[in-house]
Amino acid sequence: MTREKDARAGLLISPIENGTVIDHITAGEALNVLRIIGITGTTHESISVATNVESKKIGTKDIVKIKNRELRKEEVDRIALIAPKASINIIRNYKVWDKKGVEIPDRVVGIVRCPNPGCISNTNEPIQSCFLVQKKGLRCLYCDWLITKDITSHIM
Amino acid sequence: MRHIISIRDLGKEEIGRILDEAAAIQSRSYDPSALKGKLLGLLFFEPSTRTRMSFAAAMARLGGNFLSMDSVEASSMAKGETLADTIRVVSGYVDAIVLRHPKEGAARLASEFATVPVINAGDGAGQHPSQTLLDLFTIRQSMPLEGIHVGLLGDLRYGRTAHSLTHALSLYNVTIHTITPKGLELPAGLATELRDAGTEVIEHGDIASCIRDLDVLYVTRIQRERFPDAASYFKVASSYRVTPELLTGTKNNFIVLHPLPRLDEIDPRVDELPCARYFEQSANGIAVRMAMLLRVMT
Ligand SMILES: Nc1ncnc2c1ncn2[C@@H]1O[C@H](COP(=O)(O)OP(=O)(O)OP(=O)(O)O)[C@@H](O)[C@H]1O
Ligand SMILES: [Mg+2]
Ligand SMILES: [Zn+2]
Repeated sequence: MTREKDARAGLLISPIENGTVIDHITAGEALNVLRIIGITGTTHESISVATNVESKKIGTKDIVKIKNRELRKEEVDRIALIAPKASINIIRNYKVWDKKGVEIPDRVVGIVRCPNPGCISNTNEPIQSCFLVQKKGLRCLYCDWLITKDITSHIM
Repeated sequence: MRHIISIRDLGKEEIGRILDEAAAIQSRSYDPSALKGKLLGLLFFEPSTRTRMSFAAAMARLGGNFLSMDSVEASSMAKGETLADTIRVVSGYVDAIVLRHPKEGAARLASEFATVPVINAGDGAGQHPSQTLLDLFTIRQSMPLEGIHVGLLGDLRYGRTAHSLTHALSLYNVTIHTITPKGLELPAGLATELRDAGTEVIEHGDIASCIRDLDVLYVTRIQRERFPDAASYFKVASSYRVTPELLTGTKNNFIVLHPLPRLDEIDPRVDELPCARYFEQSANGIAVRMAMLLRVMT
């Protein structure tokens, strides 16, 4: 049973009846994951976060548990940018009802700010930032700027 | 709806089509009333008399009319208004928009809000596809583009014409030679991108070390603003100046191009040499822009 497993591992997080568990998050990225999926201090979800937990699969990891909300695939895929190994577990009635990986989307809209100060996406125009996900990184749809590293620091 | 925003999204086939059309236009095989009854909006948020005039001339030669807003008018019209709104409004007046704007990506944004085709006539440090197309056109008048050696001389760090051109050249298996003063090299990201695309990029410290290998020398301006004082500018500028003496022993069909206006980069004595093609290059802008207008409006 999951509950027992958690208890043995000494996790402080209590089981949830329904909701979403984002597991195998790159260690240290849990708060950024929450930011990317739009959960901030002003939203009402009940959330537990565990960081730097030992993991057999990826060394150390972060875990996020969100009560009473089942995240949709489009909502979570964008976290693949910073946590490509994450798994999304939908919990129903205390059990893992569905489990999925995350896939990097083709485009990232409105999450990342273009680092180019001369870019039109950094003005008051009625558009959201938009990056094409390419092999080498994220390319601004507007100014062609390529973000190759440290994507987290460009998250709005 | 067809827009022309960047060389990158045109692709080789579309570029070839525009250049062929421009060649036909230059040999006078075109319909001078092809755009009769059409109205072109020239929306310039930044001064650029040459580009504006050449689009106006291109439109007139195809029998069309144009509305022109210069930078002062455009910016007062847009006072407090977003570019998106200006574009929506102007879309209601004209059949196509030519946009020059100081912000990078402005033309892409405009294409999202316009209900008529948009042609990018330069957005900040970003793209300037009509310049690149006329550069390619001018080279192609003298030689096939495939596999040639092109030297880019001058400010390759900030020069948008050079950036745009390198993207286009990489489609033709061209070897790029860069000749730049310290600090004005091609941005590292761009160089890597070109190399990843299979283009050989060779850096040189001076013109003499590669001039005899080149088919084309593309000279760009070295801007005075990039230097702390006049003395250091003149020192650099004079050591990168193209003179007839430097151009001895070049290949037979070698040509020199420059997007103009030039300052001291090219010795006026070079103008007399058969390899000097920058004034033809500039004149080619009309045929190329006519081809672009036809492409988006017919
Ligand atoms: N009811 C629950 N409340 C809170 N967390 C749960 C609940 N059920 C499972 N979890 C957590 O969800 C994640 C996935 O659970 P599962 O039982 O599938 O673990 P697993 O077998 O280790 O899976 P994986 O192969 O993905 O690592 C684990 O981190 C687990 O602690
Ligand atoms: Mg596990
Ligand atoms: Zn940008």
